[in-house]
Amino acid sequence: MSERKDIRTLILRIAEIVIEELKLEDITPETFDPDMDLVDELGVDSMDLATVALVLQDEYAVFIDEDDYPNLKTIRLIAEYLQTKLRTG
Amino acid sequence: MQTVSSLLDESWAARYRAISRLNIRSSIYDVTNRCNLRCKGCFFFSSGEHQVAPEETDLARWEAFVDRERARGVNLAILIGGEPTLCLDRVEAFYRRMPTSLATNGLIKAPRERFPEMMVGISLWGDEEDEKLLRGKDTFAVSSRNYAGDPYTYYLYTITPRQIGRTERVIRRIADVGLKVHMQLLSNDEGVEGFSWTPSQLADIRDEMDAMLDAYPQTVVSCRYYHEIITTGRMLGRPFGWMECPSVTEPLDTRDPRPKRLIRFIRWAADLETMHRCCTSATRDCATCKDGAAHMSWVMVNKRAHLRSTKDLQNWIEVYEMFAKLYGFLPW
Ligand code: SF4
Ligand code: SF4
Repeated sequence: MSERKDIRTLILRIAEIVIEELKLEDITPETFDPDMDLVDELGVDSMDLATVALVLQDEYAVFIDEDDYPNLKTIRLIAEYLQTKLRTG
Repeated sequence: MQTVSSLLDESWAARYRAISRLNIRSSIYDVTNRCNLRCKGCFFFSSGEHQVAPEETDLARWEAFVDRERARGVNLAILIGGEPTLCLDRVEAFYRRMPTSLATNGLIKAPRERFPEMMVGISLWGDEEDEKLLRGKDTFAVSSRNYAGDPYTYYLYTITPRQIGRTERVIRRIADVGLKVHMQLLSNDEGVEGFSWTPSQLADIRDEMDAMLDAYPQTVVSCRYYHEIITTGRMLGRPFGWMECPSVTEPLDTRDPRPKRLIRFIRWAADLETMHRCCTSATRDCATCKDGAAHMSWVMVNKRAHLRSTKDLQNWIEVYEMFAKLYGFLPW
């Protein structure tokens, strides 16, 4: 994977994972607002986040610390978090 | 796709936001294997859990243990037993380190000078008659003297089938001593005759609990959805039971598929090493379990399932608020 993974591609892939893992209906990665607050709007809880984090960890070979969950409020923030992790190795 | 803002008006949305990030992570601790009562139907003694592990008696070990629990991410310690007030120094080891809630029979007062804002839930098993029959004495006479008017104390009123038609008197007595009450149902772990629920009794008590909530809104800490869940054992069409229970000790949870559950929840024995299966006894039949906290938590961990309709999400909010009040995360 390229080190400078395009943020838009990351956002779409994370949206896809969130939709799949949380079994969301009537939404596609393209229509998923990357700035929507996952907790305040979608009712995501820490167990949901842990499920998504596991898939991301496998796919991108990064470690996502549970203490960081409170900062991972939107798809965009998750993408930026991942991008930083990928850059810093 | 339903979202919170598409389902709630501004006042409900504000209530949702007040709880959505509380992230309560509770665990339960047997503070001691001893009690100053021996109630018929007590899950702890009837299942032999009081003999599973010896008590740790070194206070320094309790303190170090609580520090480890905090580091593990627990932010609510629920102290049970036996009777925790027999070991107030252990209670203090928790109280000084994290939000702590005490489950007690109320016969010994946890002094407020030592535990100023600790939430205290006093067990009550009905009126004087039932209390004498099941617990050997009328505990209310003592516990209400100990805690009258205390702003951080409530009665955890375990309703028995024999209480149908008689709950109001109990609730009025609690209101009269200036305390709150939360209701749950007896699970009858020792099969005392006449104390197991029939479906029609459950329907009757649900109506009565609703009526008490309406009649004593300042005293009763509850909501109709909780009454529905606890009396029917069903939530959103799903039956409660082993495969749904959220209150199973996490390291012992081998269920597949794993249901939505309390993150990091453990119920620890008093040796600080042994883990019990769940928040109540491992000998209890999950199919008839009426544990109130397990039913509340069942709703709470299934938040997204309640994003089906406005009413479902409001129901979820009311249950979460109720739990948060009982454990000191929200004011009454
Ligand atoms: S007071 Fe509580 S711990 Fe003690 S015997 Fe009764 S139910 Fe069991
Ligand atoms: S006995 Fe009750 S609390 Fe324990 S696992 Fe079964 S359903 Fe859950």
